[in-house]
Amino acid sequence: MSPRRRRTEEFTSYYGRPILKEPTWEALDIAGYIFAGGLAGASSILAAGAQHTGRPRLERAAKLTAITAISASVAALVHDLGRPERFLNMLRVAKPTSPMSVGSWILSVYGPLAGASAAADVLGIFPRAGKAAGIGAGIAGSAVATYTAVLVSDTAVPTWHDAHAVMPFVFAGSAAASAGGIGAALSPLAEAGPARRMAIGGAAVETAMSFAMERSGRLSAETFHQGRAGTLLRLSKALTVGGAVGIALGGRSSRAVSAVGGLAVAAGSALLRFGIFEAGRASTLDPKYVVVPQRERLAARQEEPAKADTMG
Amino acid sequence: MSVTSLGMPTVGVPRKGFFTDTSLCIGCKACEVACKEWNSVPADSNLELTGESFDNTSALGADTWRHVAFIEKQVPATDPGAHDGVKWLMSSDVCKHCTHAACLDVCPTGALFRTEPGTVVVQQDICNGCGYCVSACPYGVIDQRKDDGRAFKCTMCYDRLEVGEEPACAKACPTKSIQYGELDELRERADARLAELHERGEAGAQLYGRDPENGVGGDGAFFLLLDEPETYGLPPDPIVTTRDLPAMWKRAAGAAAGLLAGAALVFWGGRK
Repeated sequence: MSPRRRRTEEFTSYYGRPILKEPTWEALDIAGYIFAGGLAGASSILAAGAQHTGRPRLERAAKLTAITAISASVAALVHDLGRPERFLNMLRVAKPTSPMSVGSWILSVYGPLAGASAAADVLGIFPRAGKAAGIGAGIAGSAVATYTAVLVSDTAVPTWHDAHAVMPFVFAGSAAASAGGIGAALSPLAEAGPARRMAIGGAAVETAMSFAMERSGRLSAETFHQGRAGTLLRLSKALTVGGAVGIALGGRSSRAVSAVGGLAVAAGSALLRFGIFEAGRASTLDPKYVVVPQRERLAARQEEPAKADTMG
Repeated sequence: MSVTSLGMPTVGVPRKGFFTDTSLCIGCKACEVACKEWNSVPADSNLELTGESFDNTSALGADTWRHVAFIEKQVPATDPGAHDGVKWLMSSDVCKHCTHAACLDVCPTGALFRTEPGTVVVQQDICNGCGYCVSACPYGVIDQRKDDGRAFKCTMCYDRLEVGEEPACAKACPTKSIQYGELDELRERADARLAELHERGEAGAQLYGRDPENGVGGDGAFFLLLDEPETYGLPPDPIVTTRDLPAMWKRAAGAAAGLLAGAALVFWGGRK
């Protein structure tokens, strides 16, 4: 796999028109939904750790972040439906073949747990049930933060599908970075140690994994570097790396540095999702990303002296 | 390989399908019109001309369930000094009604379903317009009707099939380019027609979507083309996205476990 090898694509198309349909989704809705879901899920994990190690103010900040983010996330999801009044139709069936169906069920388990643990903490009622819900939300949160990678990869969109092996790790790192960043911004220095470490660790994983994704050598990975997607992803990396370095250098001693760095890491995480969304959109608009790799695949199959190919 | 053939009937109902023989197509667009009329499909634009060819429909979509492509292919002159020729290629495209249908796999509401004759149809009173099927289709067939919000595509005239009629497009086709029938029988017919064309020297003739071993497990609507698929705006080697889904779920489970493990690490060292 030579990174970004130059190719000269000669291919035929029907008047240069796209083969695939552009995603019907609004960037703000779906990229926002994926970012907010990741932020919520990882915040619940952070909250579970905080309640377990006796960090009440970090716990409360993370729990409130989680319930706020997941509410925004679900609102964006419903808003993006062509028929929002029918959103409950998602729960008519449970289909393992549909990441959106699986995700709807994950959300319907996670949402109440995140809500209950936040409510118990803020109102000071049912402490034990609240802690139990907090643990549950943390576990379910890990699914909320990662299933969205499957959601976008399980499509015919070349850039998204080609990245399916690495995307869950990109999203997991990105979710941890955003939750750690917001946690570090919203809780006092004395308690925010784990949030700072989560922000730095998440940012490192996010950066490494998205770097691998963007330099896979596949033709569709071109779209990560071009146009709007390229701009968003470059900006994302600058914010993520800058914020993480800031937290590492001055986050322990200065609340202001911790807050600015944390918000920068979270913003980088958000822009990453928007960049990935735009790259996918671009890969549906140019038939090159459909025709050229499929042609190469066909040619490779025909070269195999195998019995694999019949007429068709 | 673990892809689904969701709901593919195993009972004794023969699977029905389309065989579109583009070598017989005269580009009359009767199929487009018949489809629109029968299914009350609204107009999709205010008469916009593409200015590229005689095709002003451009592509399949929510309001175009049959689309006739027109290709003016340059044929280089054989004799020196003679003019280059033009070869007309016309082809009526339609939803492929895949065996492994990505749209059906990913639909979260169950609005998309497999019918008794093995076709794939959207139940319009269930669809909530999530748009997932649109991005899942490797052929770019199904789309969302913007003012309505729901997804629409060819139903192979489900209502007509129920009463033993053939789909409107096949009924209207004057040259038998669009043939409707039992899929097995159509495949035999297509094989015979392909052999005949090869015998006549049509070297470029090929069947598209006929092979039950292809990336979508065989198309319920397949074609005889006179050129490469991409010339007609068809993907040369589509694969149902769900084929990789088990691997994706495993990866996501690994990433979720990694996220929890990483979180445990940042709390290592307890009370600080």
